[in-house]
Amino acid sequence: MNDEFLPFLKKMLTAPGLSGFEGPIRAIIQEAWEPLTDELSVSKIGSLHGLKKGSADGPHPRVLISTHMDAIGMMVTGIEGGLMHITGIGGIDHRILPGQPVVVHGREDLPGVVVQPPAHLLPDSDGDGPVEMKYLLVDVGLRPADVAEKVRTGDLVSYGQAPMELTGDAISGHTLDNRVSVAAATLCLEMLQNRRHDWDVWTVASVQEEETLGGALTSPFDIRPDIAIIVDVCFAKGPGANDWQNLPFGGGVGLGWGPNIHPALHKAFEKKAKELEIPANRDLMPKMSGTDAMAVQIVAEGIPCMVLGIPLRYMHTPVETVSMKDVRRVGRLMAEFIADLTPDSMEKINWEE
Amino acid sequence: MTKKLEVSAGKSPEIGSSQLELLEKLCNAMGVSGDEHEVRQIVLEEIKLIADDVKVDALGNVLATKFGRGEDRVRVMLDAHMDEVGFMIVKKHEDGLFQFETVGGIDERQLPGKAVLVGRDHLPGVIGAKPIHMTTASERKNKIPLSELRIDLGPEIGDEVQQGDWATFATQFEILGPSIKAKALDDRLGVATLIELLKHAPENIDLLASFSVQEEVGLRGARVAAYTFEPDMAIAVDSTPAYDLPTWDVDGENTLYNTLLDAGPAIYAMDGATIGDPRLVNLLVDTSEEEGIPCQIRQPGGGGTDAGAIHKVRTGIPSVSVSIPGRYAHTAAGLARISDWENTLRLLHAALCRVAPDLLAGERRD
Amino acid sequence: MKSLIQKLVETPGPSGFEYKIRDAIREEIGNAADSIRVDALGNLIATKGTKTGVGMRVMVSAHMDEIGLMATHIDDNGFIRFTSIGGVSPLTCIGGRVLFMDGTRGVIGMDGLDAGKMPKLSNLFIDVGATTKEDCPVKVGDVCGFERPFMDLGKRMVAKSLDDRIAAAIAIEALRQLKSTPHEVHFVFSTQEEVGLRGASTAAYGIDPDVGFAVDVTRSGDTPHPSAKMATALGDGPAIKVRDSSFIADPRLVDWMVKQAEAAGIPYQMEVLEAGGTDGRAIQMARGGVPAGCVSIVCRYIHSPSEMVDSDDVENAVKLLVKLLGEPIILD
Repeated sequence: MNDEFLPFLKKMLTAPGLSGFEGPIRAIIQEAWEPLTDELSVSKIGSLHGLKKGSADGPHPRVLISTHMDAIGMMVTGIEGGLMHITGIGGIDHRILPGQPVVVHGREDLPGVVVQPPAHLLPDSDGDGPVEMKYLLVDVGLRPADVAEKVRTGDLVSYGQAPMELTGDAISGHTLDNRVSVAAATLCLEMLQNRRHDWDVWTVASVQEEETLGGALTSPFDIRPDIAIIVDVCFAKGPGANDWQNLPFGGGVGLGWGPNIHPALHKAFEKKAKELEIPANRDLMPKMSGTDAMAVQIVAEGIPCMVLGIPLRYMHTPVETVSMKDVRRVGRLMAEFIADLTPDSMEKINWEE
Repeated sequence: MTKKLEVSAGKSPEIGSSQLELLEKLCNAMGVSGDEHEVRQIVLEEIKLIADDVKVDALGNVLATKFGRGEDRVRVMLDAHMDEVGFMIVKKHEDGLFQFETVGGIDERQLPGKAVLVGRDHLPGVIGAKPIHMTTASERKNKIPLSELRIDLGPEIGDEVQQGDWATFATQFEILGPSIKAKALDDRLGVATLIELLKHAPENIDLLASFSVQEEVGLRGARVAAYTFEPDMAIAVDSTPAYDLPTWDVDGENTLYNTLLDAGPAIYAMDGATIGDPRLVNLLVDTSEEEGIPCQIRQPGGGGTDAGAIHKVRTGIPSVSVSIPGRYAHTAAGLARISDWENTLRLLHAALCRVAPDLLAGERRD
Repeated sequence: MKSLIQKLVETPGPSGFEYKIRDAIREEIGNAADSIRVDALGNLIATKGTKTGVGMRVMVSAHMDEIGLMATHIDDNGFIRFTSIGGVSPLTCIGGRVLFMDGTRGVIGMDGLDAGKMPKLSNLFIDVGATTKEDCPVKVGDVCGFERPFMDLGKRMVAKSLDDRIAAAIAIEALRQLKSTPHEVHFVFSTQEEVGLRGASTAAYGIDPDVGFAVDVTRSGDTPHPSAKMATALGDGPAIKVRDSSFIADPRLVDWMVKQAEAAGIPYQMEVLEAGGTDGRAIQMARGGVPAGCVSIVCRYIHSPSEMVDSDDVENAVKLLVKLLGEPIILD
């Protein structure tokens, strides 16, 4: 299974699917989930919903695995002399953009590069400091007339960096945030193929996390899960990142803890990880989690949430890096947790601490 | 400990020694956003024999219903948040020192040199500061950043404190003449008010009390509580700052006081999260005039209460906020007047007694 | 249409206090709608048409509130301090005139205008001609809008509150012109957009539409030295929004809107707005999610007392909206 797993992840990592425009990535996930689920549907705003039915007698409680599939990127705001002005979709540090390979999704896909104009063409104040995004340009090498024909305001621009395998089971590329979590959810579904589980398992590849949390605000409204597991990347230790927010790279699953997380769920996952000897670390979220859990938790009458994290370096750059070990750990931890749920498990998800 | 109060006539609830004792218990309890456990236990204990229905929802809100009698009862949601601003331990260092983060809006200049309590066992700790002797003049011009502050629990501390544990200021409740000094008056004053209103619930309405979680981190509990209750109208009961202090210049007039102590409950025309439903604002103001209960209009402006979340739920819920004015919110020690609290309680009770279906029958307008 | 626009822009209605403008719009709609109602937050909802085979339940949202001011303190000499309702710049306040909901008029003053320093709202005050606190007719919490008459410059129009009364006018006109539709169309004249898209959120929840359109103004990039380059210009037609800072329009809907404009020969421009939000977001996030888009009117000097739009853009926006609402909506 692992033999097919990496190619699937790499396929996801090369597919476009910026926030609000998830069509291409959804098609790939749909294909992968088709044989693993009993029902697949698409929400009115584009989130993919998979249902793998539980086998309990009587009503099935529902567990939601929510992973966002959208990517950060850029959008064309205007065209001048065949060069494109851009704005960000999702949080992009403009300092990593100059010289970056990109793809402009016009009437056809156009490879290009992000251009930092020389200082004498910029306002005086910019000097040799970082150049703001509004002054950066994208050049696709075509003459102005061709660009006018092929590109219009509002077209998308994706990172063009191809994924790479590094040593020690590490993989690098753009949009590992959050396609590695989709991979972990897929792995969980695969593991559940041969396991009995009482609960209905809903897997959602949600839209627009990087912009509006739109998918996470809406899909749970239709699904109404009893509990939700949100899988996202978290901050790994690495260059410039060595404080309490950072978990060891390749060092195990991040177990979210804070106001977005139901403490009983946290404790249940902590226990399960210990039982299975899956390395795990508390991922502290004193305020908000910065994940879809912010939205899922407050849908309708409220949903108990857990956040599982895959430690990732260089978040929101085109060379995000994770250890595949952690991806597999998250998949396995979820599968084991879900397989152990019984129809009366909800009674234990309470506030009697 | 408690102060004797003049007993006013009438059926409306009053503030006496038992109410102050309850408030004391509530303020001294620890209930940082996301960890409202202790406050929730006190609330559940207080209301279990009063309310017709009590449940704790997915986020930890306590939802209590007290049904009225008769026909055409308006379903009125009252909200007060149980959570307070505080701290979370994020990293263990050597020698009993712990790094921490703030939860909710805390000015880090309020932190150095304070006593705190950590975790379920309320272990005492302190937030120290470098001796002034060792600081330079230029250092003293800048605030001490949060990342340099530590909670010190003493060198012998063991595994009883873990990263992820919550902490609060250690301030204990005290009566100072006509005033209360305590931490977390925002919003344990509201919580205590709701408990009293449940005990004296008017029979013309169904009273839906939400003791809400996570107000200080984004009005989160109240949103799902309102969805569950689906009320006809809502009142958020909170505590709002009184900046009724002198201005720095001798002749200057303080025009940004937000509220004044001793001026009674503060009614919200508008804050950063809600424009109060004029029908409800008028209900409160008219009640105040007719009952001779003082009130003030909180200076319109920023900030927000749970009404900000509640009024946007489902197809919209006419909402307003009423706050007990309090000085020094979100610091180690707030200060509020007992009389303002009592007048808030009286005003809310009197206003609830007047709620009838015709209040909301017409369109939203002045 | 200009007299309709004049009536709408000259009727006060700051966020949360929309009752006068609601009455004015209701009067203009008259019998053009099949039914009309007002919800808990004061949204005016006019419904027309019934769903046939390919039809959908469609929400069109034009917000009827405007930015304004609210009194926060009356001093001993009768001067009124205030805060803003929605995004109000101190720079566009100074020397301005205001109209309170009860008809009281006043001017905005400021002491010691320092050329080198950006004033704050707290440096300004309203003078209604009172001499003491006691004879000031305004109380804390009272609300006023800016007062500025409509100005017709021929091809261009100038007024306060074209944001978003121009869209209200377009929606009313489209409602009048919409003779046949396969859809059940809900025209929402929403409240409290300027303070956070509040009215449209609850309206969308109540209507539970299959698809939604906001109609709102957007910025122009055609004035001297714009702060950021923007590809929109007055007179280039209604703008079809791709995104703004509050939401990303449903790309299927955007493509379909473009096709409809082209099929009808209506000029249009594409819009990417980097600062600003619209009711489209509120619609998109309702319940289980709703495909949402936005027709924008390019407008100069937004949130100033002298906003400017192009008359042809307005006429074309009406045509586009009527076209969009008259056709089966295909999302693929």
